[in-house]
Amino acid sequence: MVSANTELAYNTKIEGDIVVTKADAVINWLRSSSVWPMPMGLACCAIELMGVAASRFDIARFGAEVFRFSPRQADCMIVAGTVTYKMAPHVRRIYDQMAEPKWVIAMGACASSGGMYRSYATLQGVDQIVPVDVYISGCPPRPEALLDALIKLQSKIGRERSAKTLLASA
Amino acid sequence: MFDFYFHLHLIVRLVLQSLAVILVLFPIAAACSMAERKISAWIQGRPGPNRTIAPIGGLLTPLGLVGRIPFLGPFLQQMGIFQLAADGGKFTFKEDPVPGHVNKFYFVLAPIISMIPALTTVVVVPVGAYFAVVDGVKVLKPIVLANVDIGLLAVFAVSSLGVYSVILAGWASNSKYAFLGGVRASAQLISYELSMTLSVLPVFLWINKPGGQGTLSLFDAVQFQSGVFHGFSLASLHGLWGVCYMPVSAFIFLVALFAETNRAPFDMPESESELVAGFHTEYGAFKWSLFFLAEYCHMIIGSAVCILLFFGGWNLLPWVPLATLIDWLSHFISFAGHPLFMGLVGIAIFLGKVFFFIFFFMWVRWTLPRFRYDQVMDLGWKKLLPLSIANLLFYTLGIALLQK
Repeated sequence: MVSANTELAYNTKIEGDIVVTKADAVINWLRSSSVWPMPMGLACCAIELMGVAASRFDIARFGAEVFRFSPRQADCMIVAGTVTYKMAPHVRRIYDQMAEPKWVIAMGACASSGGMYRSYATLQGVDQIVPVDVYISGCPPRPEALLDALIKLQSKIGRERSAKTLLASA
Repeated sequence: MFDFYFHLHLIVRLVLQSLAVILVLFPIAAACSMAERKISAWIQGRPGPNRTIAPIGGLLTPLGLVGRIPFLGPFLQQMGIFQLAADGGKFTFKEDPVPGHVNKFYFVLAPIISMIPALTTVVVVPVGAYFAVVDGVKVLKPIVLANVDIGLLAVFAVSSLGVYSVILAGWASNSKYAFLGGVRASAQLISYELSMTLSVLPVFLWINKPGGQGTLSLFDAVQFQSGVFHGFSLASLHGLWGVCYMPVSAFIFLVALFAETNRAPFDMPESESELVAGFHTEYGAFKWSLFFLAEYCHMIIGSAVCILLFFGGWNLLPWVPLATLIDWLSHFISFAGHPLFMGLVGIAIFLGKVFFFIFFFMWVRWTLPRFRYDQVMDLGWKKLLPLSIANLLFYTLGIALLQK
């Protein structure tokens, strides 16, 4: 059968925020609406990370201003800054301590790829030790870029098959 | 309908009453977490959580439909009501971490123990009053789960058990940050318990003056502030609120209350700037939210006790007690004299005051910088304790002289 509409499921552009009744949709909405960051501020990007929580940009609008310094209570690690080899094991350890489900945003050139530090002391991208969900370019990125990354992460969480993995991760 | 209710077995009625109180207390405590975020945003000039809206579909459909109601939906969205639902729901779908290095029994026990004193103290806290006809005489009766004479003593005895949950959580976590948080909590709570207890003694010295009632009941403490204006005489003092003639006591009580509930500027057990997250560092998801609910419950009960002792309980204004207000209202509303109406008005006034105090707690938290640990101990032992002892002596002598 030939049809102009190649979409098999619902189309958010046509149907808006209406989602098909699925456990996935409910769980994903809960998770994506309340992404509590674990601030891993390692260098100058952390200043922009503070800026994004302050009144001009206000990450609170997306429900993500609850910076939890304990990894047990956080959902999304924001690696903001240069990860040195000395720091790398601790970044990995804190990632391991976070409770499932967890996500990682690599903020800035250094966290994404090592940036300008092509040296023996710097990890060439935090994705060598933890799985990164969203990369942000920039040195340092503007707070808007981080907000954009958060929105991208939220839509990525919205596409997850969470009901299937709910019991698998526990 | 009322007859049916009063014909129920006493235990069934008590269970229903307790459930009603818990069903009011719990949502308020939960809403406090969102109020905290919105008030912090308001104080810092931010919008705060205002984007989240529930989708239509699945279990969230009712919530999503409410969000689509014109005017009301966007208003709730702005107020972050859907954000609250998302936060609460997220915890149920998040891994509940029990780290390998903890003592599992006590680790699980600690959040449960934190809820018990928070929900137990509410038993002796009266929330309103109504006129009941006993043997043909109108008697003012409190709306309270257990109207016991030891009221305040029970509150102090049970609420101070709350520190055990903090110590237990810190100890069982087997982590140095959690442990330090627990140790700080115990030191801080013991220090401020002293000045808190000493600060309320003058109130009950006055109520129990020779020839007085002989009671520690919180209802009688409000009755003591429920007089009307008799001209400029000592009798008029009964209409004033406690804070007017015992301002130092009220101040010490309020400061100690901040310390007792672990609120900033006394957030030593948590100290996010130096101890990661203090005693609940190793707690995540649902257990962690229980600690927070308990903290907010403590705040609500603490402000309720403060209102009962120093801010006139369910009386609208100084010299305008609830009975006078109802008399005045009965000129306009025919059913104003009904006990149910009177009870609801009393509860509304009381809850209004509680909400103001919760706002005050948050206002202070987002305004004042926090103390260093040694400053907390300094304030507790070197300033508040001598001040409360001097305050006690002053009122003891004053009451003794007035009796002459």
